Amino acid sequence: MLVMEKNTLSEEIQELVVKYGNNRSALLQILQDIQKKHKHISDYAQQEIARLLDIHPVEVYSVITFYSFLKSKKRGRNIVRLCKTISCDLQGRNDVEEAVKRELGISFGETTKDEKITLEFTNCLGMCDQGPAMIINDRVYTKLDPEKAVKILNEIK
Amino acid sequence: METLLENKKKRKGPVLFSEYQQGESIKKTVQNKREYILRELKTSALKGRGGAGFPTSTKWMLTAAANSEKKYVVCNADEGEPGTFKDRVLLLEYPELVFEGMVIAGYTIGAKYGIVYLRGEYEYMLKSLQDFLEGMRRDNMLGKNIAGKDGFDFDITIRLGSGAYVCGEETALIESLEGYRGEPRNRPPYPVNTGYNGHPTIVNNVETLASVPHIIMKGGDWFKKYGTDKSTGSKLFSVSGDCEKPGVYELPWGTTINELLTIVDANKTKAVQIGGASGVCLPKSQFSRQLAYEDAATGGSVMIFNEKRNMLDVLRNFLEFFVEESCGQCTPCRIGNVRLLEGVEKIDKNEITFAYINSLKELGKTMQIACKCGLGQTSPNSFITILENFKDEIFKYERNGR
Repeated sequence: MLVMEKNTLSEEIQELVVKYGNNRSALLQILQDIQKKHKHISDYAQQEIARLLDIHPVEVYSVITFYSFLKSKKRGRNIVRLCKTISCDLQGRNDVEEAVKRELGISFGETTKDEKITLEFTNCLGMCDQGPAMIINDRVYTKLDPEKAVKILNEIK
Repeated sequence: METLLENKKKRKGPVLFSEYQQGESIKKTVQNKREYILRELKTSALKGRGGAGFPTSTKWMLTAAANSEKKYVVCNADEGEPGTFKDRVLLLEYPELVFEGMVIAGYTIGAKYGIVYLRGEYEYMLKSLQDFLEGMRRDNMLGKNIAGKDGFDFDITIRLGSGAYVCGEETALIESLEGYRGEPRNRPPYPVNTGYNGHPTIVNNVETLASVPHIIMKGGDWFKKYGTDKSTGSKLFSVSGDCEKPGVYELPWGTTINELLTIVDANKTKAVQIGGASGVCLPKSQFSRQLAYEDAATGGSVMIFNEKRNMLDVLRNFLEFFVEESCGQCTPCRIGNVRLLEGVEKIDKNEITFAYINSLKELGKTMQIACKCGLGQTSPNSFITILENFKDEIFKYERNGR
């Protein structure tokens, strides 16, 4: 990581600490914002957050590993999460899954070579009446079929 | 809004989806004493709609009686139970009911702060909900001296979850709000005394809070007219699976499963899962049972399986869910769910003895007692009921055409 990048990240975190408060309750909100912008929370970011909130870095790491939407490893620019819970499963999740895998040439849990898309499974999205459903970043897509899902993925920048 | 949702507007229902004028319940609340609110709630016998069914008036009374500088009202919008999506509909179409319910709670217990814990998967709602809160602030329904009542200050903030099912458990939710891993706490002490940052806190489900404005406007006796003796009022059922008309339905408690199946146009139904992955799976012979706290209890999830479905696959899906979502804090849940899933894999390969199956059932019963929170206590339900109610199908050697 370049020194300049480090400085910008530090400033960003500092601003978030001012926005959410210099206390433990702010931790999850700070992590969520960093995750949203950088798609992961780097070791350096973890240390900076820990320093500014005056907690041990391992505390920050333990919170990141608990929540499935927070990641410490670098991922793609767009996170695609396909719901694998039973209602979506009954409505043809498997067909969508296979089509998406073939189209992108990667399995679930992996990132495309150009770092554009990371594929993941997720548990119930609360779209059980309109499955199969997936969520790309924070936008929801429902009533998918293989063709529709692939079309949506191809439109991602 | 940036979603492709098709929430059918113009719903009709006896209680939650009945006529309501935005803001009227707050205006009525501030003209009355808090004892009046508590009395109406007690008369209504409203119980928690998340599934556990704790009497709401008791929870509010305990928090109102607690002595503290700060108190909190938390709305549990971490709707993660597979097959549940009623809160999505309430928050998108009836946010006024939910937020006004929180304001009334704040008035009743003497709290100044409200927090909505919205699950991370529902982040797409955040903007519209915040806009709605801004509108309430403009109308003086939030902020200082609400509705002209001197000294009644209350405001609501929205906090997001980050994809953890267990955070729907109230103490885990509080841990998460405080910036920790969402691991449930030992109870007691209960959140009504020691909640968010150690202050008395009420944690109520979205649907519970949305019922409150109606009870204030129309009275506890009106609410009690609907439902059964022990389960008053109506319930939102999230129906999904093999039926023609999936969606959210408001029906009075006491509706039988058969009646519900007719309403949603379900044909050739083999099984109905009541209460989501943590609920029970019922066969045809039990479809005359009532949906109510005292009979087939549910937080709203009703999943329908027709004759073509393989119940072992259904069970495997549920157990994979629990293996992933267990917080890992207590051993019976962390290890127990893995063992149950192993059992399902072995049944699928016909590598089982009945002594082994019986020991797994014993394990399930142990988990129901020994687990620390509701997740582990209820996760064996589907295992036990599916193995019991569908044993003819599951223990058949020729399963899946082998």
